[in-house]
Amino acid sequence: MKVGIVSYGTYIPIYRIKVEEIARVWGESAEAIKSGLGIYQKSVPDVDEDTATISVEAAREAVYRANIDPKDIGAIYVGSESHPYAVKPTATIVGEALGVGNDFFSADLEFACKAGTAGMQMCIGFVKSGMIRYGLAIGADTSQSKPGDALEYSAAAGGAAFVIGKDPIAVIEETYSFTSDTPDFWRRELQPYPSHGGRFTGLPAYFRHVTSAARGLMEKTGLNAQDFDYAVFHQPNAKFPVRVAKMLGFTNEQIKPGLLVPYIGNTYSGSSILGLAAILDVAKPGDRILLVSFGSGAGSDAFSIIVTDTIENFERNPSVWDKIEKGVFIDYGMYLKHRGKIRM
Amino acid sequence: MLPRFWRKIKYRYDLVGSYCENCQSFFYPPRNLCPHCRRRSKIKEVPFNGKGKVLSYTVVHDAPEEYKDEKPYVIALIELENGVKVLSQLVCDPKEVEIGMEVKKAFRKYGEDGASGIIYYGTKFVPASHF
Repeated sequence: MKVGIVSYGTYIPIYRIKVEEIARVWGESAEAIKSGLGIYQKSVPDVDEDTATISVEAAREAVYRANIDPKDIGAIYVGSESHPYAVKPTATIVGEALGVGNDFFSADLEFACKAGTAGMQMCIGFVKSGMIRYGLAIGADTSQSKPGDALEYSAAAGGAAFVIGKDPIAVIEETYSFTSDTPDFWRRELQPYPSHGGRFTGLPAYFRHVTSAARGLMEKTGLNAQDFDYAVFHQPNAKFPVRVAKMLGFTNEQIKPGLLVPYIGNTYSGSSILGLAAILDVAKPGDRILLVSFGSGAGSDAFSIIVTDTIENFERNPSVWDKIEKGVFIDYGMYLKHRGKIRM
Repeated sequence: MLPRFWRKIKYRYDLVGSYCENCQSFFYPPRNLCPHCRRRSKIKEVPFNGKGKVLSYTVVHDAPEEYKDEKPYVIALIELENGVKVLSQLVCDPKEVEIGMEVKKAFRKYGEDGASGIIYYGTKFVPASHF
């Protein structure tokens, strides 16, 4: 039984702020930050946008493209670290807005930046077991960053939604996860902004988990880097995914279509799956894609995905890159207002 | 406020209106009775596709306290493809709006009951050229 991605949809808020603008306010060198992080600008949500609105917009596009009755969706999982409510699931809002009815499995997920791929795995299990026909997995964030912190250059907003089911446009042939207790990034209860372990987020966190998940998946499937046409890794900045690709034997050409972080920043739970959507926008039948997410705390989910003939009749416009190019630039004052950082 | 909002969630989160099968009229907000057909009304609930164009608009510069952070904002009279007219916030730069402009529905926040109250979501519109 072939289970995989039946449809996908994405949403990136239209506003952008440039690294130069943030660096100007904090008296830092924009050039040093751009060459250090490989990020030039990031997406910013509107004042009336949050993780629920981004999730609904991405999910609406996915359901519209799938051309399915929303009532056939049997599960909704929303992964985020910026759910609008601490207690009250975003998934309930998504289900109501889509007209799914009341007959569906649901919960909100949180695993830093990998909660969206965790939702995909849950939906794969539900569909394979025959408990549901379609599952909707969403990863979306309006990520938080303390003013003046290094995170402010990257913490962005956006999301992607995937309808998981049978007769897919891309079969998920295998998935593998690698998890450990690694405190590289966290946010305590009632704290408005997350904290991080600085350089500790690199080697023991991102690189260890991403490489272990990718290698675990390749061992399980007997595949190596050359067997994949494309690869997409979690993108906290542009340097990490490029370096991890090299460590695993992937070329820059394999990761280029899915490397979005220089132009929209790190969309957290949306990051690696927006990259996957950008690759699906251009993929051809038979192409094999490696997806590896990373969530601080820490864990990585790896997927081997094979594109099917069904993608040829699938609506893929507007593409993720079309949405990235649509930006409207704002200054730091407007950015603070959009992010609710001005105390009144 | 809370139960009043909850009862209308279905019609605010999406453009779910009503349709009279007797005279083929659409209504939004939905009606229980067709004003043209009255006792011969044959009303059923239908989702609208959410595409339309601006018939007229105004720009609000003097906003109520809870919408202060959105001003200046556009309130537009929008004609949907099925002929229904909806008055809604149109989220865009006021310099961008013009009569006849094509728009589409968008899921946005209406507001919230302070920092510890519930969040109100609903349908607004954005220019069709926005993705």
